[in-house]
This record gives sequence, C-alpha cells and structure tokens, in this order.
Amino acid sequence: MDTQAKTKVEEKRKTKIRVSGAEAIVRSLLEEGTDLMFGYIGGAIMPIYDVLYSYQDRLQHVMVRHEQGAMHAAQAYARISKKPGVCMSTSGPGATNLITGLADAMLDSTPMVCITGQVGSGLLGSDAFQETDVVGVSMPVTKWNFQITKAEEIPEAVAKAFFIARSGRPGPVLLDITKDAQFAELDYSYEKITQIRSYIPYPKLNLNAVSQAAEIINAAKKPFVLVGQGVLLSGAQKEFKEFVEKAEIPVGSTLLGLSAFPSNHSLFTGMLGMHGNYAPNINTNECDVLIAIGMRFDDRVTGNLKTYATQAKIIHIDLDNAEIDKNVKTDVAIVADAKQALQSLIPLVNSNTHKEWIESFSELRKVEIEKVINKDCNPTSGAIKMGEVINKLSEKTNGEAIIVTDVGQHQMASARYYQFNKTQSLVTSGGLGTMGFGLPASVGAQIAAGDKRDVYAFIGDGGFQMTIQELGTISQLNLNVKIILLNNNFLGMVRQWQDMFNEKRYAYTELTNPDFITIAKGFGIEGKTISNREDIDKTLNDLITHKGPFLLEVKVEKEANVFPMVPAGGTVSEMILE
Amino acid sequence: MEKEFTLSIFTENKIGVLQRITGIFTRRHINIDSMIASESEVKGVYRFTIVVNCSLDLIKKVHKQIEKQIGVLKAFYFTNKEIVYQEIALYKVPTKSFSHGNDVENLIRNHNAHILTVEPDYIIIEKAGHKDETQELFNKLLPYGILQFARSGRVAVSKQIKEITAYLRDLEEASLYSEKELLLNNK
Ligand SMILES: Cc1ncc(C[n+]2csc(CCOP(=O)(O)OP(=O)(O)O)c2C)c(N)n1
Repeated sequence: MDTQAKTKVEEKRKTKIRVSGAEAIVRSLLEEGTDLMFGYIGGAIMPIYDVLYSYQDRLQHVMVRHEQGAMHAAQAYARISKKPGVCMSTSGPGATNLITGLADAMLDSTPMVCITGQVGSGLLGSDAFQETDVVGVSMPVTKWNFQITKAEEIPEAVAKAFFIARSGRPGPVLLDITKDAQFAELDYSYEKITQIRSYIPYPKLNLNAVSQAAEIINAAKKPFVLVGQGVLLSGAQKEFKEFVEKAEIPVGSTLLGLSAFPSNHSLFTGMLGMHGNYAPNINTNECDVLIAIGMRFDDRVTGNLKTYATQAKIIHIDLDNAEIDKNVKTDVAIVADAKQALQSLIPLVNSNTHKEWIESFSELRKVEIEKVINKDCNPTSGAIKMGEVINKLSEKTNGEAIIVTDVGQHQMASARYYQFNKTQSLVTSGGLGTMGFGLPASVGAQIAAGDKRDVYAFIGDGGFQMTIQELGTISQLNLNVKIILLNNNFLGMVRQWQDMFNEKRYAYTELTNPDFITIAKGFGIEGKTISNREDIDKTLNDLITHKGPFLLEVKVEKEANVFPMVPAGGTVSEMILE
Repeated sequence: MEKEFTLSIFTENKIGVLQRITGIFTRRHINIDSMIASESEVKGVYRFTIVVNCSLDLIKKVHKQIEKQIGVLKAFYFTNKEIVYQEIALYKVPTKSFSHGNDVENLIRNHNAHILTVEPDYIIIEKAGHKDETQELFNKLLPYGILQFARSGRVAVSKQIKEITAYLRDLEEASLYSEKELLLNNK
C-alpha cells in the first residue's frame, strides 16, 4: 500500500459518525460497491428497509414476489455483472426461503451476500415469533456465515462477508442480524478487508507443477482440455483461448463452462457429460492427456469414475484444493486461479498441431449430426421440437444473447443448441439443478445486462409454475425479458427417465396446465402461443424486436427424449445416441 | 480398508467452527468415535482432536474439506503410530468395595491408576491410558460394583518435528501473498 492510500485509510478511520446499525448496513453495502439488491421485507428486517427508503437514489432494491426468487435473481445478477449478488429477507420463513438459493449458489460458486433479519438478541433461543436458527440451518450451504448481535460488529462483518464471497472460489455468505443490533447506534467507519488468517483465497503458485504440466502437454499426442466455470469466474477467457490455440488442443465444456470459449471456434467440440455432445464424451476415453481447468469432475460430467479417462494422464487446475483428487485422481495438480495458472503455463507449452486427433472429433460430430442434431433441429413433420426453436433463436441472434434456463430437457436442449459465441452468456442452475430457477434468474440477468444485451429465458412448463409469481416482478419493472416456454405438458426430463428406465410408468409427470397466456395477461405481460412449425420463424422475429417482457409459449412434442445420453453412472464412451 | 485416524485441527476461537467441522463428517456419513477441544500452546488457537475410523482415501478428502473451512487454521491426520495419545477415565466405586481385603487397592496399583477422592460412600479412581487399558480396569472393577464410569475423548500430540507455531508463520506468509495477489489483480 502506498503512503497516500494509507493516510486516506487512517483519515477514514478517524472520521467516525454515529449511525444506527441499520444505517451502518446500508452504508457498508455502498462501500462495497452495491448499487442494486434483491429482497423481500418483513418484521425483523424493517429497520434496514426503513433506511433503504431514504437511500433509493443510490441503492436500488428489487422487490420480488418470493424470497427464493430474490436469491435466483441475485445469483443471475452476480453471474452477469461479476459483482456479488446481494439479497435480503426477514427472519424465520423469509430466511428459510433463501436456503434453496444458497445451496444453488454454493454448488455453482456464485458470490452472494445475504442478509437476514433475526429476532432481538434477548429472544434468541426462546422459540420467539419467526425465530429460526438461520446460522445453523444455512451452515452447510454457505461459504461462511455469521450472526450479528451488536451494532459495532456490523462494518467488520460486512467487510468480511464481501471479501469471502468474492475472493478465491466464490460462494454465498450469510449475515444474520438481530433486530436490536439494527436499532442500536454505533460509531461507524468502514474499512475493507483483504486478509483473514485462516483463509488463503489465492495460494502461492507451484511453478514446479506448472512445468510438469507443460512437459506432459508438450509430449501429448491426443490432448483434450475441459473448460469449467472457473475460467469465467477468473476472467481467464483470453488466456484460455491463447493456451488452446498455441498448443492446438480441442476443448470440451462443462454446462457452466459454456461461453467461456466461443462455441463457433474450430477447437470447440461441445458439451461434456450426460446430455452433452457425442465427440467430447467418446474422446474423453481416447485422449492421452486430460487437462481440466476450473471444473470439478461432477458426476454428471464423468459418469462412472472407474471407467472415466483411465487411459489418460490427468492435469487438474483448480483454485479449490479440496477439489483436487476428490473425484478423479490427478497426475499433476495446479492449485491456482485459472488466469494465473494459464499465464505461467502458456510460455512453457510448445506451439503444436494435432490435426488427426482433431479430425477424430469431427468424425464423431458427423455421427451426432446425423443421428441426433438433424432430427432435433431440422424436422419436417410432427410436432415442434425444442431443438429447432433454440437453434433458430441462436441463428437469429448470432449466438450473442444471454440465455437463461430452468432445469430439465429444455435446459439440456438450450445448452446443446444455442451457440455461445459471446462470453458470459449462460445462466443456468448446474450443480443443484433447481427447478424454478429460470424465471427469477431472468430478472437478475436482465437487470445486469441492461440495454447492452438481450435476455431470453427458456423454461419448461413444470419449472415455470414453481416461481411463476415473478412475472409480477418482471411486469412491475417492465423488464425486457423474453420468456420462451417450451411446453410439453410433462415434467419432461423425469418422464424421459420413466420412459427409458421405468417401462413408461409415468408416475405423476403429466401436467394439466393452466392457460399460460391468460396468466401472463393477468400480470400485464403480452404473450402468444404457437404450435405449428411454420409460425416459428416469424414469431421469433417478432419476439426479438418486441420491447418489454413477452411470453412465447411453444407447444412442443410431448414425449420427445433428449439424446445423446450417458445414463447415470454409465461410461462416458458408451454414450447412447438414440 | 478402514483404519483408525486421529485428526488434530487448529482453529480460531469462533462460534460455529465446530459445527462446520462436524458437518463434514455428517455429510459423508462418518461416525466420530471421539472428540475433544481445548486451547493449544498458542493463545487463542484451539485444538480439536477427533478420532474416526475410515479409509485413507476418505480421510484425505475430509482433511482437505476441513482445512477449507474459514476459521480452520491447519489440520493434520495421523495414524496411531504418528502420535502419542491418552484418554482419561474416572471410576466411582462404593467405599465398601475396599472392604474385600487389598483386592481393589492392588488393582489400582497394578493398573497405574490412583485415588482422587475418598468419601464415606464412594471412592473416585482415575486412570489415564489407551482405551483398552482403561477398559481393562473397568472390567476388573466391575465385580466390586461401579457406580459411575466416564471416559474422555482422546488427547494426542504428534511426533512430527514441525510445530504449529511454525505452521502459523507459514500461514501468515501465505496470507500476505494471497492479499498481494488479490490487490494486484483487483479481485
Ligand atoms: C425443485 C426441483 N424439484 C424436482 C426436480 C426434479 N426434476 C428435474 S427435471 C424435472 C422435470 C422438469 O420439467 P419441466 O419444467 O416441464 O421441463 P422439461 O424437462 O419438460 O423441459 C424434474 C421434476 C428438480 N430438478 N428440482
């Protein structure tokens, strides 16, 4: 720290002002650069909302319709804006409604700062009205959490919360603040935190490991790179591209890694895992060196670990040491931020070509095009397919829009058939697979994107009804969200499993749905339903140029299955095509 | 193959750290055989000693997940050969059991136990040792009547040369490096 900065900090330290705990929270949020937050009011958080009332010019608050919606909106906001998502709720039921979002953010490494009101400190543990042990309940689904019972603890707790949420492998943190601590006054001053003794977000780079990795890569005949969200989180897209281009290594992506590397790049081979693309899955078990960057070998990616890439040397680059050797045993591990690791790796790898190896991906791709992709994207008869709608939108938007999805078949179809040519373009619930994520997430994504980019949300008829009330938020804010409801009248993904593994015993997966367009109209949102192939083109054109929110319901084939597929626990190279 | 491991976990003295640590075992369905905590040789640094039975592969993963918790400074796992450890046992026996000649007194002497308190109705015996040793004395005292028996969790110190103070210095250094990296890249 230079001397000038130091004196500034010291000056700040001296100028303390007397404010309430509630005001200290709001001021601390502003200090951390928060200008937008999501939440839902209630008794135990009212003092903070009272302060927010007079800070509306500097800190916008989005009032959602359910706290789960606030979480998913804040998560999406974080993923697109690259700032921590901030979310607030009252005690008890307000706080427990955050739990799904916390679990989702925890698994998908999304930086979140959540603030929950709590009953007065004198009532703690007494089963007071709307008292829940939120610190206890949220512990397994937060990177860190803390209960504030004294106003003086606020500045440091908030500073810690932001530091922990966004540094290292990001994640959600929660501050639970008692009502009396919101009312009490303190001598307020703020200082950011950049160091905690028991927390090393950026471990020292092991240069030995980097050169070992380079050596293995340079000797590889059939290297294969797996890109995960870590590359997006670290902002290492440029370095990643430089690395794979220099060594000419084909790239497979995890679901959350999509858009870290352009889908239209010649080295991009598609998505990994259960409903990923054929070539990257098959060739996972053909490569001689597997280089995993910012991904965690989730079971949806690996299938059966016993048969996963056993022939290959494994290089794993990840910032979280606990991910190393957790699922796949590595030969070389680099525990580092992707950008830092790649910056030191690039000069050590040789410029190379792997023509034949890359061609083997193209050959496999041809098989997938013939057996799957053509049927999904260019059908000429029968009901509309999810794939053709997504593929069309991708073409019409040049693969440059922000795509938000819910969870299910439409999610996999979106990941497969939208071309992510621009970075930071997919917001989806990966690790937790949270139905109901899509609609509220589209709120946060749209607010973060502003008028710079268009947001399209692909949602299934099941998941849509889990958080459908957020149409209210979209309508109130007149958000430019284009919702494409892919309605198959089924909980499609589960129905597919029942079809494939339960002899079509469709237990509770068929839905009697409401008239979605009437519902949207009730919220003041325009909508339209199509069920004929001829209408897709024009309707999408209208959707793209439409200003304001719009619900497009597409009636799609009811019993279509997503292929190819690696059945749960199966071997990636035995992916089935039909 | 399952084996007995002793974890020494050094933490800050913060509410919730214990729950975060035990949660890691709960999640992986590992039973904790014994657990004990107290301040270590470093002021403000707490030492948890946890004994579990599991495979080497599993303890390695658990160890990393424990070290990842904020509030945990350093964690180690040891096999029994790598530590010196003890448990303490207290036996409350009726005073009248001492009326069988010198039997009980001999037992106490032979087992390196000693008497803590003598009251008109009961006598309290203390013995430190490994579990099988305190158990053996328990079994031998049983015929004379045992009113209460309590055994502590395991306390253990490691045989390794590098002490926690040195690890804490490493940590300070790592923390400074990390901070530099953070500020440098404006993370
Ligand atoms: C909250 C939640 N409950 C249940 C599930 C299990 N589940 C996964 S996909 C799916 C079906 C989704 O159906 P729909 O929203 O209609 O989308 P589709 O698969 O038809 O595209 C279900 C029930 C889940 N992922 N999340």
